[in-house]
Amino acid sequence: MQKITTQMLVERATALLNNGTVSAVLGWKKGEYDYDVTPGVFKSAEELSEAFVYGDFSAANLSKYLIKKTDSITGKILVFLKPCDTYSFNQLLTEHRFNRESVYAVGVQCGGMVDIDKIKSIAGDGVLSVDYSSDELVVSTLYNGDVKIEKSRVLAERCVNCKSKKHVAYDELLGESGEEISSGRFDEVERLESMTPDERFAFWQNELSRCIRCNACRDACPACTCEKCVFDNPNSGVENKSPANSFEEQMFHIIRAFHVAGRCTDCGECSRVCPQNIPLHLLNRKFIKDMNDFYGEYQAGAEVGSRAPLVNYTAEDIEPSDVFNRRGEDA
Amino acid sequence: MLKISLDKLGNMFAEISKNMSLYLPVDRADGKSEYTKWEEGKEWSNSLNTVKGPKDIFFPQTEDMMEFKVEGKNIEVVDTRKASEDFVVFGVRACDVQALEILDRVFLTQPYDSYYATKREHGIVVSVACNRPNEACFCTAFGIDPASPKGDVSCWKTQADLYMQANTQKGEKLMSLLADLTQEACDEEVCKEKNAIAEIMKKLPLAKLDVSMFGGGKTQEFFDDPRWAELSESCIGCGTCTFVCPTCQCYDIKDFNTGKGVIRYRCWDSCMYSEFTKMAHGNNRNTQKERFRQRFMHKLVYFPENNDGVFSCVGCGRCVSRCPISMNIVKVIKKLGGKGNE
Amino acid sequence: MNNINETLIPKVGIITDVRIDTPDIKTFRVVATDGKKAFDHMPGQCAMLSIPGVGEAMFSITSSPTNTEYMEFSIKKCGCVTEWLHGAEVGQQITIRGPYGKPFPVDTEFVGKNMLFIAGGVGLAPLRSVINYCRHYRERYGDIDIVYGSRSKDDLLDYREIIDEWSRDAGVNVHLTIDRAQEGWDGHVGFVPNYVKELGFNTNKTAVLCGPPIMIKFTLEGLISMGFDKTQVYTTLELRMKCGIGKCGRCNVGAKYVCKDGPVFRCDELDELPGEY
Repeated sequence: MQKITTQMLVERATALLNNGTVSAVLGWKKGEYDYDVTPGVFKSAEELSEAFVYGDFSAANLSKYLIKKTDSITGKILVFLKPCDTYSFNQLLTEHRFNRESVYAVGVQCGGMVDIDKIKSIAGDGVLSVDYSSDELVVSTLYNGDVKIEKSRVLAERCVNCKSKKHVAYDELLGESGEEISSGRFDEVERLESMTPDERFAFWQNELSRCIRCNACRDACPACTCEKCVFDNPNSGVENKSPANSFEEQMFHIIRAFHVAGRCTDCGECSRVCPQNIPLHLLNRKFIKDMNDFYGEYQAGAEVGSRAPLVNYTAEDIEPSDVFNRRGEDA
Repeated sequence: MLKISLDKLGNMFAEISKNMSLYLPVDRADGKSEYTKWEEGKEWSNSLNTVKGPKDIFFPQTEDMMEFKVEGKNIEVVDTRKASEDFVVFGVRACDVQALEILDRVFLTQPYDSYYATKREHGIVVSVACNRPNEACFCTAFGIDPASPKGDVSCWKTQADLYMQANTQKGEKLMSLLADLTQEACDEEVCKEKNAIAEIMKKLPLAKLDVSMFGGGKTQEFFDDPRWAELSESCIGCGTCTFVCPTCQCYDIKDFNTGKGVIRYRCWDSCMYSEFTKMAHGNNRNTQKERFRQRFMHKLVYFPENNDGVFSCVGCGRCVSRCPISMNIVKVIKKLGGKGNE
Repeated sequence: MNNINETLIPKVGIITDVRIDTPDIKTFRVVATDGKKAFDHMPGQCAMLSIPGVGEAMFSITSSPTNTEYMEFSIKKCGCVTEWLHGAEVGQQITIRGPYGKPFPVDTEFVGKNMLFIAGGVGLAPLRSVINYCRHYRERYGDIDIVYGSRSKDDLLDYREIIDEWSRDAGVNVHLTIDRAQEGWDGHVGFVPNYVKELGFNTNKTAVLCGPPIMIKFTLEGLISMGFDKTQVYTTLELRMKCGIGKCGRCNVGAKYVCKDGPVFRCDELDELPGEY
């Protein structure tokens, strides 16, 4: 498989800007280091050549930005989408969150994104640069010199358990599109299911007790697109910025998981952005796994306009009593 | 100067804990460290940088302030403040000590905030020289010397020992508790350690970050800068930077109805949140650009204007490493800060 | 611990009178539980009122400090706290803390000046305190002109007091206006900024403006075109507040905190602030 480089994306974006297909490019901007890449809008060839970057740290899912950017930018916007981002893109279209005609989507081959925290846990703190031009990363550090790490050891969790290398939406493709992968993404959910209720409660209590209610998970989530979130509404009675007690901090995440159930594509942004490293994606995966079990396999965002199991009644739907009985077996 | 052998640290923590609560950075399962109450078996983390600073201990994320008993038309106000007991916060980096001094400027200027003041009065801050700064650190930009941390007691960790120097009466009181565990030492090793830290600081990528362009009286210069639009364009409006920041101190006051009464508590708030300034009849910061600008203008211009030129940033690097979209004060300083930052 | 005064912990106040002023404004009389005033204040200062479980909000104290018996608050129904207050009856207890903010310079800059008060709608509330203070110490000030406008006659706040007391004072000229003509109104009709221009005041005055932002904007422009200097014009700002003591960060604009550095600002001081209020 050919390696997709920043240069290839810049050239393509420049051509599309120059020939008038698009008026702006939504992509990733270089940071201070190699790993602090920021989503950004580029409007000229100069801006692209100066700051655009695509690589192992271009992790941010750009699809949610289309809601606001298609409003504020006239003309078409080019957006680069990794395979998992295309699912969010479709889901947003299904929910009519932006106009498809305003977007020129370029699917871009993805070799998996890496997690800087994992890199630091191996190479130590003080990471000055990360060369990811090959699958053996060369990490230059302050304290341990150059450290070589196999990329597979530091892949982001969501990439270790990648569900699909297939682009489900694009106007054109850069590099190759792959297939859906039967990954082990439900393994951890199964481990939690096999726990006793007390063990499971202790697991989540430990994880969620770290929550600082920064709302990053919600704000990054492509499924959380309400114009006004109930948790931001001072008149809702549940608005809160910080956990007033443990009940609230747990309920926030569970309520959020319910709100996105059936719409969550399992893009993993919630866990990626969590400053406290709470494995929030596991809540969503539990819902996905249950819905697959109860209503048949369903992948949100796999196609535009598909009806999520929870909003689509069929005669084959599982009886609530069966769900209840199954719960009895678990416990 | 006193010293204690590193293998006796556990004894020291136990001795302190006999007398008062002790908080120190402890490693978590996810590899990060956070301030945790010491108990037997807990070890001081090797990583000096914690996800959140020691701010929580003095200014908790959620803090009950008072209670109301409501009966018919009548209200009774119950002062629920408790007398605080002495406690120790151990292992505080120089930047985080400076951050507490910035919080002091807010909470300890008249009118006093008694909630914060009591904890500050009873808290003994034991700092430690930072010999493992990371690539996101830039405390020196704010005149902080990581090798000479302030606090009630300053510590230096070498290969074999922890050197300790009391700076205040509170610090001396603590050291007297530890008299049996410590011994007199000369400062030769400490000088070596300071020099080693100074060498490391020179190698940091942000060693030359220059904030001299900013400061009080620069509102007109920076407020209308067109580059705020680009800097804030991808900000998702979460509160991560605010909550991991050791100097951010905005808060909300809210009521919680327990069914038996009403608890009025305060909790951290963020100027990045869309509701922060919203009133019944409007919002003076309607866009994320305005909210984003407020946070950085406050740290780099407004705060120094009111506080003898002191910035309300200490270069701890937490926002640099935790922002979901990797937009942070370093990028703001570099973009707007002109010469010296190229 | 509990003997340390904490400014964030309020006192209990009792509503001793509720006056219906306009369809959406009521004036509440408040005293402490001992029947006395909860605290002393100066004109322009504010107080935090709250109903436990509903919320706390900042209100300007409408009554003059020269009233030694009670405080009054004229409150327009526009949010949770105000809506609850509008449903409150005499005898209801609330909480009160203050006073907050910098008052009008009634004992310094204003002394010896001809005063021009310009208010729109509920904007009269903070001005009533300073107007009554100036009327009480009448000899300290020159002529007093009051321009006050509202949507309709029914929306004029303190109408009886204006007609029965202010209008009858020597050297006090009251100019009322309403936005649209209505039956039973033979006074002036038109917006406040235009009326101010029509009246064409001499610039030997200190002006105090209070009202909706749009009214302040156009009135200020009018005054400037008439030759007033911004140093002669005062106004008040209103932003979201929680603590009232410059710590919670909410009302921060530029290097100022409206709760402690305001709410009163001289218009030339506002030019120093970024346009975020």
